[in-house]
Amino acid sequence: MSVRRIMGTETEFGISVPGQPGANPMLTSSQVVNGYAQTQPLARKTRWDFDEEHPLRDARGFDLSREVADSSQLTDEETGLANVILTNGARLYVDHAHPEYSAPETTNPRDAVVWDKAGELVIMEGARQARLIPGAPQLNLYKNNTDNKGASYGSHENYLMRRSTPFASIVRHLTPFFVSRQVVTGAGRVGIGQDGAAHGFQISQRADYFEVEVGLETTLKRPIINTRDEPHANPDRYRRLHVIIGDANLSEISTYLKVGTTSLVLAMIEDGWLTDDLSVDRPVTALHEVSHDPSCTHLLTLKDGRKITAVQLQTEYLEQARKYVEDKYGDDADRQTKDVLHRWEQVLDQLATDPMKLSDQLDWVAKYKLLQSYRDRDALEWDDSKLHLIDLQYADLRPDKGLYYKLVKSGRMQRIVSDEEIRMAVAHPPTDTRAYFRGRCMQQYAPQVAAASWDSVIFDLPGKESLQRIPTLDPLRGTKAHVGALLDQCDTASDLVRTITGGAAG
Amino acid sequence: MAKDGGQQHKQPKRSSTEEEVEQVEASEDVQERKERLDEDVDSILDEIDEVLEENAEEFVRGFVQKGGE
Repeated sequence: MSVRRIMGTETEFGISVPGQPGANPMLTSSQVVNGYAQTQPLARKTRWDFDEEHPLRDARGFDLSREVADSSQLTDEETGLANVILTNGARLYVDHAHPEYSAPETTNPRDAVVWDKAGELVIMEGARQARLIPGAPQLNLYKNNTDNKGASYGSHENYLMRRSTPFASIVRHLTPFFVSRQVVTGAGRVGIGQDGAAHGFQISQRADYFEVEVGLETTLKRPIINTRDEPHANPDRYRRLHVIIGDANLSEISTYLKVGTTSLVLAMIEDGWLTDDLSVDRPVTALHEVSHDPSCTHLLTLKDGRKITAVQLQTEYLEQARKYVEDKYGDDADRQTKDVLHRWEQVLDQLATDPMKLSDQLDWVAKYKLLQSYRDRDALEWDDSKLHLIDLQYADLRPDKGLYYKLVKSGRMQRIVSDEEIRMAVAHPPTDTRAYFRGRCMQQYAPQVAAASWDSVIFDLPGKESLQRIPTLDPLRGTKAHVGALLDQCDTASDLVRTITGGAAG
Repeated sequence: MAKDGGQQHKQPKRSSTEEEVEQVEASEDVQERKERLDEDVDSILDEIDEVLEENAEEFVRGFVQKGGE
């Protein structure tokens, strides 16, 4: 494999009402989700189908009993909170105390960026709709991961992997990669420690909230490698690697490299290509130390005794990936794989010489440069509220307030996708995964869709007593090539279900 | 992999006057570039000053979230 595989991102957005720190976040999050629901062709509330959800299934081969699970881990029980399945195949819902956008399944890093960015527009539109209700408060939404007072919320990545790959080798080869990749993927943060009590800048929003190496939890004792094993696909063939360690990125290049390089490393693990043990001594501490050093010169100690920087550790993975792609594909490697390798190399070269030159590419560097400019001009110390505000406002989703968007608007951030593509992705699903079937069903048959999930669409049809469940267990079926013509032909959901169940042999 | 800086060092020999002229030009370039960069930094800070929330301390204190995931 290459950088291509089934992948997708999930983002929990920060939400606040200015002047009302006590506002109920479940309520405000619901207002955003319900606000967006009004823009969708919906005649009824489509439920999420929890049939195939197994949040307590552990990739190491056992189930955590429900009695010992923390209530926050029971994500398969209907909470009654707002939940919408979108015409672009995404899921928009309230997760705990945040609005969450789970992007539709895509097949490559660039598409993952497009549908991830679409989520920003979805959330902003939800907030805009919510504000139209008379008496509604101002709702501010942030694509970040911490309030700098002890709370963190996630932005997760999902990668479909071969079931046959031993989980132990995933842990072994992915842990050093995750300890070091933040120098590329970090979103930058003012404040050190979970509650931000120590003063200073660090590379990652999330690093300080990680406390163990491997585990099932996502809300407490967060692990570098998360073992949740809900493949949302044929479990005999696939696992879904649920990555919880990433920062929420606004920079398109940061997200692109985050999912692109991770996908490549997973391909090497699946093919048994990585043989060198790059294990890092005390990885959780190392993760924190790398994040706390924006000069990118901190020396990690590997288990074999070598001392190298996070950038050098990333370069080891890059060199392996180059050889792997050359060995497997030679010149026939697809364009995106070549592009990811090329950009990864350029970024690592710059990080090794002068990280600040990446201020138009990477989130953490853009933020750091801005903060340093303010420090120079106004002689500010790291505990100054203004610097904390800049950190926060970088991630503000309002186009006229968000500092990331300001940098884009003035040509100070490079981009790799267009506004037009992102706008299209707000309304339309990717064409090459089952998200296409799900999204088209929501576009055409919303009133008859009783429930949906990653691996099913369930119809409530006139004249039928029982619900009709169309499984979509294979992420690569239900594509435009597969069902586009069928969906064009079927005017009603009844037509569709009749054609599928009557036309197919099983 | 050196992409920058490789060429200037390989100039053929020339008279000292030419060299002096080149050096003056080069330092002017650097100076100009630095000024341009400074101006750029000033202008982005000015732009951002305009949109920053007014009471930074209160605004930051009021941003309180619950944990997620």
